[in-house]
Amino acid sequence: MSSASHTHKERQSLAWRLHIDVPLLASLLIVVAFGLMVLYSAGGESESLMYRQITRLGMGLVVMLVMAQLPPRFYQKWAPVLYSAGILLLFAVLLFGDKGKGAQRWLDLGGFRFQPSEIMKLAVPLMVAWFFSERVLPARKRELLIAVVIVFVPTLLILTQPDLGTSLLIASSGIFAIYLSGVSWRIIFGFSLAGIIYAPVHWFFVMRDYQRERVLVYLDPERDPLGSGYHIIQSKIAIGSGGVSGKGWLQGTQSQLEFLPERSTDFIFAVLGEEFGLMGVILLLIMYLLVIARGIYIGVQAQQTFARLLAGAIVLTFFIYLFVNIGMVTGLLPVVGLPLPLVSYGGTSMVTLMAGFGMLMSIHTHRKLVPH
Amino acid sequence: MLSRKVTLKNQFKEIAIYRNRMMVSLLIVMGLMILLIVWVANLQISHYEKYRTESDNNRIRVLPVAPTRGLIYDRNGIILAENRSVYSIEIVPEQVKDIESTVQRLSQLLDFDEDDATRFFQELKRTRERFKKIPLKSKLSEQQVARFSVNRHAFPGVSIEARLVRYYPYGEVLSHALGYVGRINDRELQQIDSENYRATRHIGKVGLEKYYETQLHGTIGSQRVESDVQGRVLRVLEQQPPVAGVDLHLELDLPLQLAAYEALDGHRGAVVAIDPASGGVLALVSTPGYDPNLFVTGISTRDYKALLNDNRPLFNRALRGQYSPGSTIKPHIAWLGLESKTVSTQYSIDDNGVYFLPNDEKRRYRDWKKWGHGNSIGYRRAIIESCDTYFYDLAYKLGIDRIAETMSDFGFGESTQIDMGEEVPGLMPSRAWKKGARGVHWFPGETVITGIGQGYWLATPLQIANSAAVIANDGVRYQLRMVKSIGLAGEQQTILPTLAQRQIDVGDGKHFARIQQAMKEVNHNKVIGTARSAFLDSTYLSAGKTGTVQLFGLGEDEEYEAENLAERLRDNALYIGYAPFENPTIAVAVVVENAGGGGSNAAPIARKVMDQYLLRSTEQGEQP
Repeated sequence: MSSASHTHKERQSLAWRLHIDVPLLASLLIVVAFGLMVLYSAGGESESLMYRQITRLGMGLVVMLVMAQLPPRFYQKWAPVLYSAGILLLFAVLLFGDKGKGAQRWLDLGGFRFQPSEIMKLAVPLMVAWFFSERVLPARKRELLIAVVIVFVPTLLILTQPDLGTSLLIASSGIFAIYLSGVSWRIIFGFSLAGIIYAPVHWFFVMRDYQRERVLVYLDPERDPLGSGYHIIQSKIAIGSGGVSGKGWLQGTQSQLEFLPERSTDFIFAVLGEEFGLMGVILLLIMYLLVIARGIYIGVQAQQTFARLLAGAIVLTFFIYLFVNIGMVTGLLPVVGLPLPLVSYGGTSMVTLMAGFGMLMSIHTHRKLVPH
Repeated sequence: MLSRKVTLKNQFKEIAIYRNRMMVSLLIVMGLMILLIVWVANLQISHYEKYRTESDNNRIRVLPVAPTRGLIYDRNGIILAENRSVYSIEIVPEQVKDIESTVQRLSQLLDFDEDDATRFFQELKRTRERFKKIPLKSKLSEQQVARFSVNRHAFPGVSIEARLVRYYPYGEVLSHALGYVGRINDRELQQIDSENYRATRHIGKVGLEKYYETQLHGTIGSQRVESDVQGRVLRVLEQQPPVAGVDLHLELDLPLQLAAYEALDGHRGAVVAIDPASGGVLALVSTPGYDPNLFVTGISTRDYKALLNDNRPLFNRALRGQYSPGSTIKPHIAWLGLESKTVSTQYSIDDNGVYFLPNDEKRRYRDWKKWGHGNSIGYRRAIIESCDTYFYDLAYKLGIDRIAETMSDFGFGESTQIDMGEEVPGLMPSRAWKKGARGVHWFPGETVITGIGQGYWLATPLQIANSAAVIANDGVRYQLRMVKSIGLAGEQQTILPTLAQRQIDVGDGKHFARIQQAMKEVNHNKVIGTARSAFLDSTYLSAGKTGTVQLFGLGEDEEYEAENLAERLRDNALYIGYAPFENPTIAVAVVVENAGGGGSNAAPIARKVMDQYLLRSTEQGEQP
């Protein structure tokens, strides 16, 4: 289809004038609705929990709409500032941060606690996209090196907090932007090889004991059936016992009788697997695929390098998000502590996620009429 | 804004690369999604059965349900041992983070002593079931229950449970007749069927409770329940109710038991009453007793120490006390003398208070009466007046082996096989016994004192009472038993059979009747009967025999003076008897330690016991 004629009709609608991308919004709302249904069951039919989640979703939607109003040019202009501020805050966390659950992630700004790492989830792809925006692509090796530094400084800072899940997401978002900038496959495979060689070094010298333990327990959950392996064992039991069609909404014994830990947060996918079975799992993945497909479409339609790289990074990171969560809950990947996007209860991550989708909408709804 | 770089930027090439990269990404995304689906399908389809089973194992548990212990009734249907609901504080170790501090705080809140805590930690160490409730403190008062309830939130994993616990309403009166239950200990744990006892906390430790443990306990039931991760039971899916233990209906007669207990009046001693027609034990008292309720939920060190005094309240004198039967066996010996034609009914001796063996003029065997009972003492007067000299002579004539053999027929020296366990067989000495046990020859002088129930001869009050029952029963010895019938509440009771253990050959029975007549005169001969004062004015006829057993070896010329002897060295008072004389319904043995003469100290107790049993029908209008 021709993007020119397509956008012409779109421009007349109310949604377009409000900078809302209806297909993206619709696919997000479908996931959110299904997610709320699962959360209602996972949270033991707690109404207050539902209110809080809906409030948070509402806030997320508002943030998304606000972000959609700002043009990509605005983000491009402020990307270096946001990134620099984020780096400073990460150092501040390192020095003055609050400890919660054994990790130093929180910064207390006069009663307002937040995680600077959340800013970085957006600041890193913004910064990499900004860095490549005015350059000839594919970039030269020296430029690539700078881009890699841009990505790994915050990643390592967050890894030391330690927060494996978030650092993984941030690294992914930056790497995706670099990848989309057209870096040659030779370099990509070269880095992959280097990564494989580096892995044992990382294992012995960088990883914390609890992270190593997570990996070991992932490889063999029976290693610690009452401790860290308990989560994954119970989660697999919940999912496996759901079968093809599931035990029925609100009928999951693993979830309802509380054998499944963290069932409304990180392990909510197991509740879905138990109560809705393989059908529910496939349904959720299709819903996610709709979101991703729309994101990819927006990226492909984007007119500037900055917008393209940003859109691609956001949407692919969203996939990593859900893939890592589902992978860990089903025992395919080690437990890294990431929520299931749009479904898990709580977290500032919801707002960050919606902000990202707001940027996608901004990119799509601020295109010029004649792109070529 | 236009820089050199921008002019060099090739938008078409960039877009082409970008689209290519996005297509690759989309393919990878879809590929990874398919991987996820395959992986989840592997869990949900290929391993469905395995995870389904594990999920069920998580939520479904089989809980054991303890059977209710059978009750114990007396022959009138009065409950002697029941189950009462008692509140106890219990802890699920799995749900308590710091058990020691929890116990410490609970002990402050509820004010209980260290014994409970010690016992709790012992059990904690032993148990392997993490979700099993372990009792910390039993028998909470209402105040303690209230105080805990208010502070419940501070004690996760701690709860108050109402459980059925054994209760003995008559306490000390029946302690030695019933025994008691207590918490199962390590040794018992290895002997019992652990499956059947999974939900049971108490087990018969002593007495009837132990002997009939299998019947009283019943069979465990189970519940299949759905429970959450905390082990809270949400609903019962299926249940197999336990089978309650059977009830025991005893031969024992509570009013008689109470009368016997009162009659002993706190002295160290025992009273055993038997129904001669069946061998059923009507009363079995050993004093001092103890409160069996103290043992049920665990006795405190202080209470236990208090029971370890010189009077030995824990000692079951009726079953385990071994006493010289003394003169109470004279009728038996006399009958043997007549029946074996060793002496005739006309045979008599002249008694001047001293007996010598035919070939030994040195050793004097003295009668209890210093100057003797006079001339022409035949078997009748020998029994009525309890003439020692006659029996010295008769025993010598009979010889020890013949005495031992016949006395065994009366039940001496062998276990009565009463359904209580614990009893000791006593000792009926014989030539063979002495050779075997001591490796020494039997001396004739030992035969002489055996004739008056002293020397090596030892018997329990139970055996002594049984020997009286054999006389009352014209020579038939029944197996003694506590339990008359057993059966589940509200169902057909199985009546235990009456078993004749021995039928003594009494020939034409004339000699047996003569002995019985003489025993009647012991009670009713107003001039010479040794128990005459105890049975003065009795409205029924009875038969008896007194016994006074010397514990202190007097020199041959010394005289016994009770006032000058330490209390523990005074004579034991004994008495056997039965009533009514025709068709006897009760045979009694009384032993009172260090009380003095049997006629004045033991016979009156027997009289009270017999009166209670035989005269109550006129008072209460019901047959015993």
